[in-house]
Amino acid sequence: MGAGQAFLAVLQGLPMTLLLTFASFIIGMILGVPIVLGLRARSSAVRLPMRVLVDFIRGIPIIVWLFVLKFGVSVGTFHFQPAQAAIIGLGIVSAAYLAEIYRGGILAVPKGQFEAAAAVGLNRHTTFLSVVVPQAFRIVSPSMATYLIGLFKDSSIASTIIVAEMVFQAQSFAAQNPTLVGILPYLFAGALYIVLSIPVAALSRRMDRKLQEARA
Amino acid sequence: MNWFQLWAESFPTMLGGLKWTVLIAAASIIIGYPLGLLLALGVTRENRLVHWISLVIVEAGRGTPALVLLYLVYFGLPKAGLSFASIPAAIIALSFNAAAYSSEMLRAGMQSVHRGQREAAAALGLTSATTFTHVIFPQGIRSTIPALMGLAIQMFQGTSLAYAIAVPELMQQAYTVGSQNFQYLNTFILAGLMYAVISMPATWITVFFERRMNKKYA
Repeated sequence: MGAGQAFLAVLQGLPMTLLLTFASFIIGMILGVPIVLGLRARSSAVRLPMRVLVDFIRGIPIIVWLFVLKFGVSVGTFHFQPAQAAIIGLGIVSAAYLAEIYRGGILAVPKGQFEAAAAVGLNRHTTFLSVVVPQAFRIVSPSMATYLIGLFKDSSIASTIIVAEMVFQAQSFAAQNPTLVGILPYLFAGALYIVLSIPVAALSRRMDRKLQEARA
Repeated sequence: MNWFQLWAESFPTMLGGLKWTVLIAAASIIIGYPLGLLLALGVTRENRLVHWISLVIVEAGRGTPALVLLYLVYFGLPKAGLSFASIPAAIIALSFNAAAYSSEMLRAGMQSVHRGQREAAAALGLTSATTFTHVIFPQGIRSTIPALMGLAIQMFQGTSLAYAIAVPELMQQAYTVGSQNFQYLNTFILAGLMYAVISMPATWITVFFERRMNKKYA
């Protein structure tokens, strides 16, 4: 078997890698919203437990989340499929990280915006939705793109619970090829992660530059 | 047996795993950060060749998932005649990872030193080596410390991936215990708590440093 087969083997895992990445990113984006609201709550009875929850989620390696969901959760005869466990696990972790990114974005909205909103008589709700969120979203979009790249790479951890994504495919090709060609799938997989990250990284840089220009 | 009795029973084995987790994380940091500094110096060099080689190493180390690096070293390199036992393989792969990530942080830190400092050093006739060791590095490293602490926490958590190359670290021990008592949920939650008990306070300390640093430079 040659280099071509090694590359095709890795490529076979790409759709699953993309599915894991985008599905968990979307879950994280949505769940991040109630979390950031909790992190910014006026009542410390909400704020502090939410802070601990976010730090707790981030304090546990992704592989542990995946193993808990894949091997630990069973209700009657119900078990998660490997891909389901991976998407939920990566989604939970993303929610905590994205909530932190959202929080940073809200903090970065200039104070004058809140004051101006109060001066024109907007209530707290309208201020948040119509003044703060649109600006915060622009501020956080470069960081969200960077997080997406990180998540894309972290989706490789799903291979440890036998999800047939890129690294899993690389690993099985390598296991069947003890010769020098067996080293290739790892190199191809590594290269693919880098190459596919480039457009998102470029987008992130462009958004960041536009933001800097807008603020200057 | 109840939940806590199970924990009490599996805890000693898991603690043995945590020892390797900490050792591998520490080794990767101790090897990786100085290499990261070298790479940062390489990237900022005017010499085209040195610049590009360093840049490619940094981008490869940052752009490739840590798991791929671990597999490459442990399963890939032996096919080219270069074999490592699992623990050295984990340290090699994770050090490379730490070097690549820390180099970007260190580069940003060194570049944040005001250029007047460099000019003043040149005016005093300091050699470029002395300028770096006595002027740029001591000032640049300070603003980098919170980021390096954050990366250390990431490295600590990242050692869990060494499970996949049969390193007897915390995750591996949890899996072994779980496959013996079939209490996977109980065991993996204990593993998660053991990671969290170290990561969470470490994060809080990092945030504390970050805030203090921001205040000083504000």
